[in-house]
Amino acid sequence: MTMISKTTPPPAACSLMESFRIQCRVIWALMMREMITMFGRHGLGFAWIFVMPMVLTAGITLAWSLRGISEGGADIPIAAFALTGYSTLILYRNMPSTAAGAVKMNVSLLYHRHVRVLDLFLARIILQISAITFSMVTLTIIFSWVGLMPPPIDPLLALKGWMATACFGIGLGFFIGSLATKHEWVDHVWHPFSYILGGIAGAALLMQSVPPKVRNMLLWFPIVHGAECLRDGYFGDKFTPYYDLSYEYLASIVLLFLGLLQIRTIRGYTETYH
Amino acid sequence: MIDLREVTKKYPVRGGERTVLDRITFRIERGEKIGFLGRNGAGKSTLIRLIGGAEAPTSGEIIRGMSLSWPLAFGGAFQGQLTGLDNLKFICRVYGKSIEDKIPFVEDFSELGRYFKEPVGTYSSGMMARLAFAISMAVEFDCYLIDEVMTVGDRRFSEKCHEELMVKRSDRSLIVVSHHEDQIRNTCTHLGVLVQGVLHRFNDLDEGYEFYHRHASE
Repeated sequence: MTMISKTTPPPAACSLMESFRIQCRVIWALMMREMITMFGRHGLGFAWIFVMPMVLTAGITLAWSLRGISEGGADIPIAAFALTGYSTLILYRNMPSTAAGAVKMNVSLLYHRHVRVLDLFLARIILQISAITFSMVTLTIIFSWVGLMPPPIDPLLALKGWMATACFGIGLGFFIGSLATKHEWVDHVWHPFSYILGGIAGAALLMQSVPPKVRNMLLWFPIVHGAECLRDGYFGDKFTPYYDLSYEYLASIVLLFLGLLQIRTIRGYTETYH
Repeated sequence: MIDLREVTKKYPVRGGERTVLDRITFRIERGEKIGFLGRNGAGKSTLIRLIGGAEAPTSGEIIRGMSLSWPLAFGGAFQGQLTGLDNLKFICRVYGKSIEDKIPFVEDFSELGRYFKEPVGTYSSGMMARLAFAISMAVEFDCYLIDEVMTVGDRRFSEKCHEELMVKRSDRSLIVVSHHEDQIRNTCTHLGVLVQGVLHRFNDLDEGYEFYHRHASE
């Protein structure tokens, strides 16, 4: 029998570039892996990742349109208001839950040296953000096209607000997700809390329609800023927005940093399961 | 080569820490085949997981100068909801290998039949071990970390494993944990005996086994 000598050459000194390449490879592999289990391999399969937020957002938008919520003025386009509100809500609210399950569902994959807890988090968060963004863009195009709402007046500004919310979602995902990995109750507490938060801060409210005193309080919630900016880009000609994105970015960085500190300790924690 | 320098592993236990591995220093050259002996709980599997990089040492350093398989054990390394095929794809992607050309070999060698396309969570531990073995052969590593899985299956399967690993890939390094003396004697050229967290290395198998039996009660 012939000998198989197809071994790899000895790895060169692991440079930063090489590490980065490996990490991209691992995250890609994890994303492909997550797509299979998140939505099954039958029927629509991973198309669900786009369809689900789209159906939910469309449903909420229609419900609000029918109820005819008037947000401090008849001018506000209800569909645009609901679309921006609900999309913002799920863009940060889904991150902690998706990150919290990352280790539990993939702990055995940590047997592979290159797979690290950080990659498990990143793969899931990137997948969620991509799906929600895809859904948001698609719905914007559809709603504008059928005349349910005017097209965004300043798409670039909308993108800026969207990115701020996404960054906050990443920070929040890392922070709450890492805590929930270690203490399961964190996830249980986060769930109801996130709904209350969504209600008071941003999703269902314009800052112009509350008294200045309340507004100043609400502006302490970082997510309000991204939502206001997003709406400024969608229908800023119809209301007075209040936001400071640098504040939301600062909050995101703090959360991300705290989350990363937590993640460093998780690998050791999972070892006790083996 | 793989170089371990003063590798120590401690686990937190109630009221303090337990030192599982105590300043282990040794080197494995390309093509060397080493068997680890030790009582249950002596730290053999922990050592293999550290070498494979699935866990980090508490202190010390591990230098990996060749490609290493993940620890081939009865548990771990696969995601239970994914099928055998999905897991193969995942592992190929992680190690940066092409996928399509590996499928026929893994499907054939693992002898999983229709289970190849069923979730790994439904596998018996033997099936899981066969899949692990097949995938690790297809991906190709310089050094294989084998934690007890070679005893899996019937004689014919053991012979197939022997053929793939010891004959076709005789230039590779092996690190084996096994309670079967025959198997260690058939595969390994060196022994490492773990006693109370300390590794004793023997280049002579008889000497190593004699030491192991003498200290088995410690």
